[in-house]
Amino acid sequence: MSTLTTRTTCPYCGVGCGVNAVVENGAVSVAGDAAHPSNLGSLCSKGTALADTVGLDGRLLHPVVDGRRASWDDALDEVATRFGEIIAEHGPDAVAFYVSGQLLTEDYYVANKLMKGYIGSANIDTNSRLCMSSAVAGHKRAFGEDVVPGCYEDLEVADLVVLVGSNTAWCHPVVYQRIVAAQENDPNKKLVVIDPRRTATAEGADLHLPLAPGTDVHLFNGLLAFLAEHGFDGDLPGAQDAVAEARRMGGVAAVAAACGVGVETVQAFFELFAQTERTVTVFSQGVNQSSAGTDKVNAIINCHLLTDRIGKPGACPFSITGQPNAMGGREVGGLSSTLAGHMGFDAAERVQRFWRSPAIAHEPGLKAVELFEAIESGRVKAVWIMATNPLVSLPDADRAKRALDACEFVAVSDCMRHTDTVDRAHVLLPAAAWAEKSGTVTNSERIISRQRDFLPMPGEAKPDWWIVCEVARRMGFGAGFDFHSAAAIFREHAALTAYENDGERVLNLEGLADLSDADYDTLEPLRWPVYTIEALRAAGAMPARQDSRRLFGDGIYPTEDGKARLVAVTPRGPANPVSEQWPLALNTGRVRDHWHTMTRTAKSARLSAHIPEPFVEVHPDDAKRYGVIDGALATVSTALAEAHVRVIVTAGQREGALFVPMHWNDQFAAKARVGALANPAVCPISGEPEFKHTPAAIAPFEAAWHGFILASRPLRLNGEASIDYWVKVPGERFYRYEIAGLQTPDHWAATARGWIGVGERTADWLDASDTSAGRYRAAHIDAGHIEACLFVAPEPAALPERSWLASLFTGEPIVESERAGLLAGRPADASKDVGPQICSCFGVGRNTILRAIGEDGLDSVAAVGEALDAGTNCGSCKPEIAALIEAHAGK
Amino acid sequence: MSDTTQPKLDLVVIGNGMAGLRTLEDLLDAAPERYNVTVFGAEPHPSYNRIMLSPVLAGDKAFEEIETHGRAWYVDNGITLYTDEAVVDIDRRRRMVISDTGREIGYDRLLLATGSTPFILPVPGHTLDGVISFRDIGDVHRMVEASEKGGKAVVIGGGLLGLEAAYGLHKRGMEVTIVHLMGTLMERQLDPTAADLLQYSLTQRGLSFRMGAKTAAILGDEAGRVTGLRFDDADDSEIDADIVVMAVGIRPNVELAKTAGLYCEKGIVVNDTMQTYDPRIYAVGECVEHRHSVYGLVAPLWDQAKVCANHLAYRGHTQYEGSVTATQLKVTGIDVYSAGDFSDAEGTETLIFSDVRRGVYKRIVLGDDRIVGVVLYGDTRDGGWYFRLMREGADVSGFRDLLLFGQAYMPPATDAAEAA
Repeated sequence: MSTLTTRTTCPYCGVGCGVNAVVENGAVSVAGDAAHPSNLGSLCSKGTALADTVGLDGRLLHPVVDGRRASWDDALDEVATRFGEIIAEHGPDAVAFYVSGQLLTEDYYVANKLMKGYIGSANIDTNSRLCMSSAVAGHKRAFGEDVVPGCYEDLEVADLVVLVGSNTAWCHPVVYQRIVAAQENDPNKKLVVIDPRRTATAEGADLHLPLAPGTDVHLFNGLLAFLAEHGFDGDLPGAQDAVAEARRMGGVAAVAAACGVGVETVQAFFELFAQTERTVTVFSQGVNQSSAGTDKVNAIINCHLLTDRIGKPGACPFSITGQPNAMGGREVGGLSSTLAGHMGFDAAERVQRFWRSPAIAHEPGLKAVELFEAIESGRVKAVWIMATNPLVSLPDADRAKRALDACEFVAVSDCMRHTDTVDRAHVLLPAAAWAEKSGTVTNSERIISRQRDFLPMPGEAKPDWWIVCEVARRMGFGAGFDFHSAAAIFREHAALTAYENDGERVLNLEGLADLSDADYDTLEPLRWPVYTIEALRAAGAMPARQDSRRLFGDGIYPTEDGKARLVAVTPRGPANPVSEQWPLALNTGRVRDHWHTMTRTAKSARLSAHIPEPFVEVHPDDAKRYGVIDGALATVSTALAEAHVRVIVTAGQREGALFVPMHWNDQFAAKARVGALANPAVCPISGEPEFKHTPAAIAPFEAAWHGFILASRPLRLNGEASIDYWVKVPGERFYRYEIAGLQTPDHWAATARGWIGVGERTADWLDASDTSAGRYRAAHIDAGHIEACLFVAPEPAALPERSWLASLFTGEPIVESERAGLLAGRPADASKDVGPQICSCFGVGRNTILRAIGEDGLDSVAAVGEALDAGTNCGSCKPEIAALIEAHAGK
Repeated sequence: MSDTTQPKLDLVVIGNGMAGLRTLEDLLDAAPERYNVTVFGAEPHPSYNRIMLSPVLAGDKAFEEIETHGRAWYVDNGITLYTDEAVVDIDRRRRMVISDTGREIGYDRLLLATGSTPFILPVPGHTLDGVISFRDIGDVHRMVEASEKGGKAVVIGGGLLGLEAAYGLHKRGMEVTIVHLMGTLMERQLDPTAADLLQYSLTQRGLSFRMGAKTAAILGDEAGRVTGLRFDDADDSEIDADIVVMAVGIRPNVELAKTAGLYCEKGIVVNDTMQTYDPRIYAVGECVEHRHSVYGLVAPLWDQAKVCANHLAYRGHTQYEGSVTATQLKVTGIDVYSAGDFSDAEGTETLIFSDVRRGVYKRIVLGDDRIVGVVLYGDTRDGGWYFRLMREGADVSGFRDLLLFGQAYMPPATDAAEAA
């Protein structure tokens, strides 16, 4: 009987919410940490469901070498030996690390140190390259350093929040809720959303600019010219050139035409921006993931520099990052294009001196896409992948697959036994997972938070930093990696940021360089820079720098002349334009309740229930043009690969554009790795891939039949000859498979029994067939428990709702009345059918909400929340509830 | 024009069974003052519900529970009732009926509701003591009496009536064997799968079967009592029996009509207003033949009675166009229901539900998106609903996917609209 509460940090997006993890008699529950300044107690649907994801299903619990269980000694020796041999024969640039924004700062630090200071190559890049390297490059061009100048509070203080390329409501829900809450209290505050898609975020905006894909620079250049016309005239370096370049856009009408948005809308946005002193422009992957990503970032920052809206309460450009510790990675130098501690390669000598290391990288290393090209071509012969799944997340991901297949030596540190990437490793190193890890992360507003372990490491799992240090030791670098705790690593990292830093680097943790282990353990969330009082006093900077919430308010930047720069940017279209063969622009992104490649979120039934299947969003006119139907399946193809996904026809999608989520992979779907479709075009400055625009085509997936299976145990549908489409959706005590096939099997009963694995004739099997209508339904019961059920119909719309059937998988025997209606797929009393899930936090279904709206006359999201709790936790389903209310009102 | 201004006409009803009485009830509803009514019943009892004889035999119901019209009902409605008195002749020229007691009653309208008689296989021994048909309450009394001594019973006929008789005798403690000419039970009502389930279930309950067995003779002792049965098979096998129940079918009772010179084929031929070839004489029930069909089930009687009563009440717009029939087996704990044509005829589509463990089987045959036949075994709750859909010729394509699961699974109208 014990209850232990641990304050830790959420491992999902870059918002960096504080989490109280409670372990009570072995059971884990989580709640928002009200004392954490970033979330003030809130959590989104993913954060709320964290307790669902800490189970050991599918975990990698011991080292594996060449497919066989191995000891830690053997596995570590193997990695050290193979890396050592290849370095000895081919030089340090023949090896590489590919790491992740999932790593803690301490993990990142030792990995970076090993590669850049000991192996002597800069071939360490991180998956953060894929989501925010354009922001890094843009910040450096404008400010001289990769610094986010503001804090979340600015979003509340601002009178205008502009969200660019950011489905904040789904991807950074807690930040979005902070914005919404502030705006609800003050009707004068405005929210503008700039996004080709009418996302859940756009639904809640005062103004939505559904601009054509890739025209952000056009828009912000237009804005810069408009601002210059309206009396803003900064004298910063580059301002004149930038404005001159921007004026080439022509007037508002020309900008509107270039962006494919109505003139009035553009005019309204420009005027609002010009009039509103306290403006924050939030940008995210919709800006960054572009072959012009860095220019887009600078086009936005230009507008803030010209209007002097940086570092002031409620005024700044604000990059919100995707991963929990992308920022920490940027700080230690986890990108191949930086060295360490926000220092570039010009500081190589200084960093080497600090490290006392045998080597140092003098040149930038390979960026993610180049790195995998180099692996494929054989220039890089050994790679160590940590905590990421590049076979799913990289563009042209099939090339990444080929690259790993061809690679001489692949080591993977992960916490899962099977991922698309793990399945191609020679050595597998079992890493500790979120609940077991201890260290620090930095969020999008520069707050460093402790991530604390609250569960013991299972099996033989170890922290990533330990694994790296052990390999380093075995490579003969013991002296530089003699760390016995995460705290010791953190102290060295903090010391490096302060090393020979006379104010030229904003990133400065000197106040933390001597943190004791005990102080590290109890470290409260705090924002960098962290100076010592003495240092501040000596610098005479105490008053201005005491408050680290906002930077650059004094107009002093970490550049040689101390000034920020406007960058003249020329609008240009995506690297690969659409064509007759590939007439549509494929965009990729996230859904609300899944994270990256689903290794964690798929463990949570309630998260999987929100959007169970990979999909493509299509504009109604395109749907008509290409013959695809809402709810049916389609093949989305590009020059590189194709995917089979469910069609959602929505006017929220721009005509000529498609959207497919990034999460699904070969573990969860037959063919839905959208990364394989994405073109590997990258921004020439940041190396960030153009995920938001790949020329594509769409065609109906001509399924002869559609169906689904719910089974109490996982099934092996891969390779079943008659199943051409499948998606696995983990549920509570069951697995759901959406399936379809191009040909109808001759004997449904025999085929279905084969899929479900029911061999004996005497097994308890019930079925219903309507052969000429192409319908078949069956269920297998064992000792009163439902083991599996299967439904097949010629059209997806002819299949019953899954929710009621799913509710029968309780672990208890089903009752007679349930058995009678089992194959009807619905309870006899329709009022028991809750419908598809809308609120993941409280598990409230669509039908329940509709009934409450219709029968109880609820007419607001708040009223629904009061009656059903729906939307009252994370609030990320509020737009969907609002849409249901609106649809009902419109009837 | 009102009924009271006209003198009352005389209506004579021959047959105090279900068809005749239902017609009278409908007539009394429609035109209570039009006729002086006289009813002749050959059985001694006032009217009872013949289709409930099986539960009486099985001991599930008492006879009193199945009586439908006591003598008071006749009195209250001003009807003259003669029971235990058969009409032996009709003098159509004089418009008189003559009973076996010599009573002569005149009529303006005559209604024949003489029902049917059980078919007795003309095999040797069919007149032996202990050979019983299953038609009226007298037969039930005879069977009950025989069963009190225990012993063995053979029921010839694996149709609806035979199975109910066998089940009743079994419940009363007899060792029962059902002898059926065909390979499956109730072959006119059930498809082979349902019939097999039924036979399995009855076997489980202790009944024995001789399927595909033709009776060669009923055997008896010197006293003229039944002792057994011989089959017409390769080794002339025999089976012991203390009673033999014949339940191999019924024949319309047309004797009186024929005697009166009315046109008969299998039954008394009537038109769509239930008139015989003599327009003053109507006929309803199992004795009639309408559009070449004769019916042995209750539902068509109701339809016929309605039309006939309307016509007798001078409200004769309705026409009888034949009935689609449904069958339900009355054996406790065994639910069987069938209606329509369930052969896989050209152009039909078949829906099948099967839950062997629960003993449920359903088969619905569609033609042109309409139900043309249905067989239900184990779960017959929706028989009536299917039957209604079938009779109405309702287009079921809109809810075909849920049809097998029954009315309780029909989406409410609102949800259906929303789903659409």
